Formats: sequence, C-alpha cells, structure tokens
Amino acid sequence: MDEARIVRRGAGPRLWLAGGWLLLVLLAAIFAPLVAPQDPLAQDLMLERLPPFWLDGAEPGYWLGTDSLGRDLLSRLIFGGRIAFIVAFAAAIAACLVGSTLGLIAGYFGGWADRIISRIVDIWMAFPPVLFAILLVAVLGTGLSSVILAIAIIDWTRFCRVIRAEAMGQSRMDYVENARIAGYGRIGIMLREVLPNVLPSIVALLSLEMGIAVIVEAILSFVNLSISTDDPTWGGIIAEGRLSIHQAWWVLVFPLITLILTVLSFSQFGEALKTRFDPVLR
Amino acid sequence: MSACLDIIDLSAVLANGQRVLRSVSLTVQPGEVRALVGESGAGKTMIGKAVLGVLPSSVRIVEGDMRLEGEDLGRLQPKARRTLIGARTALIPQDPLTALNPSRRIGPQMTDRLVRILGWSGDKADKRVRQLLDEVQIREPDRVLRSYPHELSGGMRQRVLIAAAFAAEPRLIVADEPTTALDVTVQKQILRLIAELQREHGTAILFVTHDLGVVAKISQKVSVLYAGKVVEEADTATLFASPQHPYTRALMAATPRYTDPFASLKPVDETVLAGLAAEIAAADQAWSRPHG
Repeated sequence: MDEARIVRRGAGPRLWLAGGWLLLVLLAAIFAPLVAPQDPLAQDLMLERLPPFWLDGAEPGYWLGTDSLGRDLLSRLIFGGRIAFIVAFAAAIAACLVGSTLGLIAGYFGGWADRIISRIVDIWMAFPPVLFAILLVAVLGTGLSSVILAIAIIDWTRFCRVIRAEAMGQSRMDYVENARIAGYGRIGIMLREVLPNVLPSIVALLSLEMGIAVIVEAILSFVNLSISTDDPTWGGIIAEGRLSIHQAWWVLVFPLITLILTVLSFSQFGEALKTRFDPVLR
Repeated sequence: MSACLDIIDLSAVLANGQRVLRSVSLTVQPGEVRALVGESGAGKTMIGKAVLGVLPSSVRIVEGDMRLEGEDLGRLQPKARRTLIGARTALIPQDPLTALNPSRRIGPQMTDRLVRILGWSGDKADKRVRQLLDEVQIREPDRVLRSYPHELSGGMRQRVLIAAAFAAEPRLIVADEPTTALDVTVQKQILRLIAELQREHGTAILFVTHDLGVVAKISQKVSVLYAGKVVEEADTATLFASPQHPYTRALMAATPRYTDPFASLKPVDETVLAGLAAEIAAADQAWSRPHG
C-alpha cells in the first residue's frame, strides 16, 4: 500500500495545476469576446510586430505583442483556444464512445467478435495517422466538423486496443465467473462487473486523447487544412510565426507554449483522475 | 426423494482430445457434505465448474448426465439451465482476493443477486445480508457493507463470500478450496464457519480440497480423484479407518503430521503411481472402444 500512498500524495498538486490551467484556457475560450483585449481579426499595419509588454516599444492593450499584420496575439490565442477545445472535446468523446464500446465487446465476448474487431483495428493502425488525417480532411473538405470527424475516425483504435485488453483481463476474474453462476446475462455482466473496472482507464485515455486532438488540430491548421484561414487557430498562428521568427519571435513562442502546456495538462489531468477514480489506488 | 446432485458417468475432453474427466460418478444427498479430494490437476475443480456451468471453453463434456435435484441439466435450454443453477447453487471460491468486484461496495454486491435474480425487495435483501453477516461473525455490518473489497482482509473477504453464498438459500454449494489462499490461523475459523452454517441451513456442499485434514473435519462422504477418475469413494469415517485403494493409503501417508513435525514427508510411492497409470490406461481403452 506504500505505492498507493505515494500516488495519492503526488495526485494533489498535479491534479490542481493541470486542472487549473485547463480551466483557465476553457473559461477564456468560452468568454473569449469578453476577455480578449482586441478583435482577433482586426489588422492595423501601424501596429505591426509590437513586442510583448515587458520589452521596449510595447503598446498597452497588446500584452503579448502583435503579428506581422498588426493583429493582437493574446486575443488570437484566446479565440484559437475556442477551436482547440471544441475539437478536443467533440473528437475525443466521439473516438472514446466508438473505441470503448468496440473494445469492451471484443475483450469481453472474445471469439468471433474479438477476431473481427481486432482485424479492423490492425488494418486501421497500418495507416500513418497524420497522413490519414490529411487524406480524410482532403476528402471530407475543410471545416470544423470534418476535422472532428477525421480525428475520431483515426483515433478510436487507441481506446479500442487498451479497453479490449483490460476487459479481457477483467472477464477472467472470479467475480465475473461468480456473476455467471448467479445467472446474470452477458450484457448485464459486461456493464455491471467489467465496465466499472475499466472506467478509470477510459477517463485517463479520454483526457490524453483531448491533448492528442489539440495537437492534430494544430498540425492540420499548420498545413492549412483545418478551418477557414481567417479564424485564428493555434496551428495557424504557429505557421505564421514560423515565417517571422527573426523579426517577431513571440508570434511563434507564445502559441507553442500554450499548446505544450495544454497538451501536457490534458495528459497529467487524465492520470490524476485515473488514480482518483480507482478505488484501489484512492 | 431425489439426490441434491447426481453426476453419472461424466466424461470431458480438451480440444486436443485428451480426457480430463474419466466417467466420473458421484452423488451428493440433500444436506450432506461430499469432499472431493485429489492432487492438483486431478480435475476436482473441473467437476465443480461443470456442475455450475462455467467450464472453460477449451473443455467439452462428451458424455454423462448431471442432475440437480432431479432436473437433467443436459436436457434444459441454456437459459433455463442458467436460471436453475443461479437459483439453486452458489460458489465459495478459492481466492477471496479476486472473487469480489474491486470497484463496487460490498453491500450492493451482496444484495444485487437477491434482488435481481431472486426478485426480493431491497429491504428484504438488506435484512437477509445483515443476518448472514452476523452468522459469519462480522461485528460491524455497516462498515463492511460500505467498504470496498480492498479495505477488508483476506479472511474478512472470505467471510463475506461465505455469507453471500448462503444468503440466497441455495440447495447446493460448491466450495472450491475455500481455505487454500488463507493463512493457517484463519483457515481454521473459516472452516468452522462453513461447517456451522452448513449444519444450520442444511445445505449440501460439494467440498473440493487437496487437504485430507479438512476432509476429516467437514465431510460425511469422500470421493478420491486421480487424473479425472474416481479411484475410491466411501463414508469419511470408513475411508480413514480402512482405505481400500493404494493411492488413498499413499495420500494419507503423505499428509504432514503436527505430532511429528520433523519426520520427512513421504511422496506417493512409484509402484502406486505405476498401478494408477495402468488403471487409467485400461479404463481409457475400455472407454475408447465403443467411442471410436
């Protein structure tokens, strides 16, 4: 039980730091029109490439500086967070529902169901994911919903593989056998005995997947395949910042920091939640 | 009056055709404890699983009948068989650590079965579970019912499982080495509890064990199993007084004695094993002739 105690001690600050950052970005994204200091699309060539507030030449009201078209970087990051979070939640939940359901069925029922589902997963994983995503968006057309759909279509296999393995282990446990002796139906056992025991993993994966969805969305918008070029996205800002790295490093650095912190927070938050959810580790 | 459990000439094979149960016959009368004793791999657990309908998919029953209170399990539709087994039998498992769902509290795990399978009201199930917890000498039922399994010791968990097994008033309980995973001091208490509850409730028990000491304490009848074959069957008292089969005698000689802890343990004699091998081979030959 020593291990459990260490995990519990570590879970506190990790959960609060990661959760705090995510909450901050989430609130900023929800209330973007209220909290953003400027219009993220307003161009003003008189204000181009203003440095962040602590450097000489900064303008008040443009805290993180401006890009080469004079748009306010902080406001663009805040509005970009909207898109990042919509994609993260929608895509991760869709991938989770499909993948976990199929994984649970494959792992618990085994036999033919398992063979069919596992082969599909194998075939799916043979495609390089980023290439697959670019291909899908090219076919589905750009736009928010096709980005979400593409991520869900690609990443359900992550859930499926992990949940299948866990469900498989669970269904060999004596309490599952006991439930069978008592006369419970197969679906009932799956939902009542197996699902609660794989739930902590589903929660952790879900959070991790949100981070991955944020990255994939950034990659797609980096190569200009996400949504319309006007809307600010983190990937889009990074792509623009790359071009002016020598004149205005902040346009590249701040979105990168935001992206990294967000993705890291999602994975840490998931891990911390898992230990909270798991009655044995709690 | 029909027997509580009647197994007639039960044979089972693995996927590769190897026999794991060799024409096993045994009877458990109502209210009687029948011990099933043998070394590991002898097929004792397999018999229990066959009765409860949870054989692993690699094992196939090829011959024989099982009757639960006169009902032929082989003739029932799968669903009717499940319902019958669920209502009339229960299992006391070997390993109390994996037999309780780790993510559910003890209370709902115990009452669920009564409510969902037997259709009792929640109140009635709760009362019943508390009564049984009292019978297995759990003094703080409220705390235990609210606990998760990992918050209880192994002995406590086994008590909970015993209470759960008796709660639904089954006619037959399969106890699969219920004391093996526990430490020695707890083993004794658990054994005494099972014997006590068995007497009070009049439940028949098929008691699977490898420990002859346990057999002597708890059972009225014994079947000695070797390689999936019943080699000797007798009243417990008769068996201990005058074991007939050389393997039974060898097993008794191999049992460690507390009175003489420094005596070296005797393994089963080579000639006995050779005799057993010949006996099994002859039985297999006789069996395979009509079965092609």
